[in-house]
Amino acid sequence: MSDTNSASLLNRCRRSRSFVVGGIMTGFLLVCALVSLVWTPGSAYDIEIGSRFLPPSADHWLGTDQFGRDIVSMLMTGTQNSIVVAVVAVSIGLIIGVNLGLLASARRGWTEEVIMRFSDFSFAFPAILSAIMLTAILGPGGVNSILAIGLYNIPVFARLTRGSANAIWAREFVMAARAAGKGKLRITFEHILPNILSIIIVQATILFAIAILAEAALSYLGLGTQPPHPSWGRMLNEAQALMFLDPMQAIYPGLTIAIAVFGLNLLGDGFRDVLDPRLSRKR
Amino acid sequence: MSIFFAKRLLTFIATLIGASMVIFLVMEILPGDPALVILGIDATDEMVAALTRELGLDRSAPVRYWEWVSGLFRGEMGTSYAYKVPVWELVEYSLWITIPLAIMAMFFSIILALVIGLYAAANHNKIQDVTLMGFSQLGISVPNFWLAILLILYFSIQLNWFPAGGFPGWDEGIFKSLKSLILPALALATVVGAILARITRSSVLEVFREDYVRTARAKGLSQRATLWGHVLRNALIPVLTVSGIQFATLLTGTVVVENVFHIPGLGSLVLKAINNRDTIVVENVVLLLATMVITVNFVVDILYAVIDPRLKAHDI
Repeated sequence: MSDTNSASLLNRCRRSRSFVVGGIMTGFLLVCALVSLVWTPGSAYDIEIGSRFLPPSADHWLGTDQFGRDIVSMLMTGTQNSIVVAVVAVSIGLIIGVNLGLLASARRGWTEEVIMRFSDFSFAFPAILSAIMLTAILGPGGVNSILAIGLYNIPVFARLTRGSANAIWAREFVMAARAAGKGKLRITFEHILPNILSIIIVQATILFAIAILAEAALSYLGLGTQPPHPSWGRMLNEAQALMFLDPMQAIYPGLTIAIAVFGLNLLGDGFRDVLDPRLSRKR
Repeated sequence: MSIFFAKRLLTFIATLIGASMVIFLVMEILPGDPALVILGIDATDEMVAALTRELGLDRSAPVRYWEWVSGLFRGEMGTSYAYKVPVWELVEYSLWITIPLAIMAMFFSIILALVIGLYAAANHNKIQDVTLMGFSQLGISVPNFWLAILLILYFSIQLNWFPAGGFPGWDEGIFKSLKSLILPALALATVVGAILARITRSSVLEVFREDYVRTARAKGLSQRATLWGHVLRNALIPVLTVSGIQFATLLTGTVVVENVFHIPGLGSLVLKAINNRDTIVVENVVLLLATMVITVNFVVDILYAVIDPRLKAHDI
């Protein structure tokens, strides 16, 4: 990329309010997760019945829960969990789905037909249904949520990739590459993928947000992350039983999820503004 | 035209068969021994053998699959291992709660979407538009089960307007039962409504740019008359498709939200079944939910073609 190009990219980044705000929010989330690996203000695991239901103070910024665990520390540690599940689940969908989509687009014919019918079919199984089946046979656990969300992401990426790739295959410069004798594999990775990468990045960001929501829902139901490991969904589940006693406990984890998802959605919009100015103008 | 419907119908049936096979494979073949899954790791060999015989698991997989599927057509789903009653009885009761809940939620979301979407489009780029779209972005980001908890905190605990959970049963009066579904339906509708509102807005704006709309305005129709007479019908096509896709979100959302409100619908049923290791119930409920998603998508496909006949020609 030439200097002028990167300068204009940087400029577009700075000009896109969604990108800046979403980026800051997502960055904050990442920092929280990383910091919680080495430091948290209190303990997210230690049960101290003596200090249960403490109100917010200098020691416990948001107070403590029914077991005396520090809420801020639990929220921070829970960030790790959400990020790990989302990263792995989106990667599963991304790697398998994008490759399937590229294959469908390069081969066309019955390969495309089979891959697309498989994608249509997978939509009958939203993540939560897969998770329910997996939990019924494997027992509850974080791996189930990763698998269920990941499986659901595959057809989403496959469809998007195939659709955008087909449009690129019809362009003149691809025809020129074919005329020059380049093989389908080489064209796919030299010309097709770089041209649809921005669309894939935008989609990945949005699916990351959806994965965080899905993980929280599964943990809330008790199908995902298991105690004692803190997760936002589980915190909400435990807080619900104490709604009359300490309603604020039900506020913080939900707010954290909403902020995380909101930030990622904004970042997705921002990526679209920055990477594909044509798309954002059309909007 | 009939080729279009035949093709869609065939895909619909194939998808249903495929879904039932996948569910059977995951629930009965993958775990190796379903009897062991039901009984848990502490089970003795005799217990496993007895249950295997009782459930007919000693027969071959294709035979069992065929019996399950053909039983479904007779309204038989086997016997719940935990409750010792026909699975259909449990499912039927829950279905009469989940379906009204899902319909009510869809109704709320569409109203929400039309009001917000049309208002925002009519005030394009003004402060109302920007504010509403900001709120809809927020609505998409909020987990429905958290919203459900917030609604309970405010409307049930603070204001005492609605019950905090539970379902009285339809025998206790329709009004009372519907009332206990309002908060769950609202929690579900907010997220879907926010998504649909954004689609409605952009779709209306797009149609407003069409030539025939300009012609309508040029011949002297007011903005309002153009909106109702020309724009709305065409703008609603994408809204309809997305509603179909969102119905899946709504349906799986009920699984979660029912559990927040302790409403004995399909979501609560399936979760209890997981805890009781009642795999027969899980298997049938998952198939039922998948069937609903597939059916709604099929119906939307057909409706879509009825509204926009160009699609049919394109598809053949």
